[in-house]
Amino acid sequence: MKTDDLIRAIAQDATPTGLRPQTSLALALAGGVAAAALLFSLLLGPRDDAVASLDQLRFLLKFAVTLGLAAAAFGLVQQLARPGSSAGLWRSALLLAPGLLLIGIAGELLALPEERWLAALVGVNARTCLTYIPLMGVAPLGLILLALRRGAPTRPGLAGAVAGLIAGGISAAFYASHCPDDSPLFVATWYVLAIAMLVALGAVLGRRLLRW
Amino acid sequence: MTGEVELEWAALMRAGLAGDTQAYQALLIALAPMLRAMARRGCQRVGLLPTDAEDVVQETLLAIHLKRQTWQTDMPILPWIRAIARNKLVDALRRRGRRGHEIDIDDVSDVLAAAPEEDRTVVNDVMKHLHHLAPGQRSVVQAVAVDGSSIRATAARLAMSEGAVRVALHRGLAALAQRLREPGG
Repeated sequence: MKTDDLIRAIAQDATPTGLRPQTSLALALAGGVAAAALLFSLLLGPRDDAVASLDQLRFLLKFAVTLGLAAAAFGLVQQLARPGSSAGLWRSALLLAPGLLLIGIAGELLALPEERWLAALVGVNARTCLTYIPLMGVAPLGLILLALRRGAPTRPGLAGAVAGLIAGGISAAFYASHCPDDSPLFVATWYVLAIAMLVALGAVLGRRLLRW
Repeated sequence: MTGEVELEWAALMRAGLAGDTQAYQALLIALAPMLRAMARRGCQRVGLLPTDAEDVVQETLLAIHLKRQTWQTDMPILPWIRAIARNKLVDALRRRGRRGHEIDIDDVSDVLAAAPEEDRTVVNDVMKHLHHLAPGQRSVVQAVAVDGSSIRATAARLAMSEGAVRVALHRGLAALAQRLREPGG
C-alpha cells in the first residue's frame, strides 16, 4: 500500500471513538480507590482509635505522605501518557512526599531517645504492612495500566512504575488507618518497601503492556 | 518550521478530531514530507534503505492516527508529532537493527539526496500485511485505501452498514499498526 493510500484510509477514520485517555485515567483512579476501599473494609478496617488519633501529628503524616505521593504520581502519569509533553512540574511535585517524610524522620529522631529508634522502626506490624499494601494495590495498578493503554507513553517502563506509585499511595493510605505503627521510621522502612514492590511490578508490566 | 504552519496543523487536527475527514487528510498529507525527512535521516545513519524509511513513515502516520486523542487541543502540536515520530523511528531502527543488513552508503546516497518524496518504484511491505487482516477488515481497508472508495460507497459495495464499515476500517488500521511493529513484521 502506498503512503497516500494509507492516508486516504486513515482520513476516513477521522472521528475518534472511545474514551479520551484522560477520562479513562480518571475513571481508573476512581475505580482503583473504590476497589482498594472495598478490599480494605473486607480484610482490615480502620483501627479502633483511628478517629481519635486525628490530632496526632505522626498519624496525620502517614496520610499526607501517601496521599501526596498518589496525587503527584497521578499528575505525572497523565503527562507521561502524552508524547512530547513536559513533565517537569509534576516530577518536582513527586519530591514533596519523600521530603515530608524526611522532615518527619528528622523530627522523630529528635523526639525519641536513641535506644527507642530501632523499636520504632521495626514496629509490630511489618509483615501485615508488606502483605496488605501490595495486595490492595493490585487492582488500582491494573486499572491504571489498562487506562494507560489508551495513552501513548513514550517510556512504558517509567509510566508503569509511576502507575505503581499511584496504586501504592492509595493502598498505603487505606492501610495507614489500620496500622498501629505511626512512627515515620516505620513508614520510611516498611511502607516504602511495600510501595516499591508495586512500583517494580508496574515497571515490569508497563514494559510489556504499554508499548504502542 | 514556522509558527504559522504549526497553528494551521493544529487547526486541521482539531477539525479532524471533530470528524472533518478532508481537513484530516490535508493534515496527514502535509505531515508526510516532514516525517519522511526524519525517517530518512534516521535510516541513513544506520545504513538502512529509503524503503525502510517509508515503512517508518507509514507506521508513524498510523501511530499519530491511533493516538490522536493524546494530543491536547490547546497545546502546540509539533512537539507531540515529533515525539511520536522519534519514538516510532527508534523502535523501527532497533527492530531492523537486530535483523541487521549492512548496506554500503554509496549505494543509497543519491536516493537520500533527493527530495523526500515517496519512491513509487518500490513496493512497500504494508501490502503484504493487508493479507494478515481479518477478511472483513481487509476488504474494507482495501476498498477505502487502494480503490479510494468513500465509506458510503464501500458500504453499498460490500453490502454492509456504514457503521460496520467504520468499525472494520478502524479495527483494520489498528491491526495494521500492530502488525507493523511486531518483531520481524
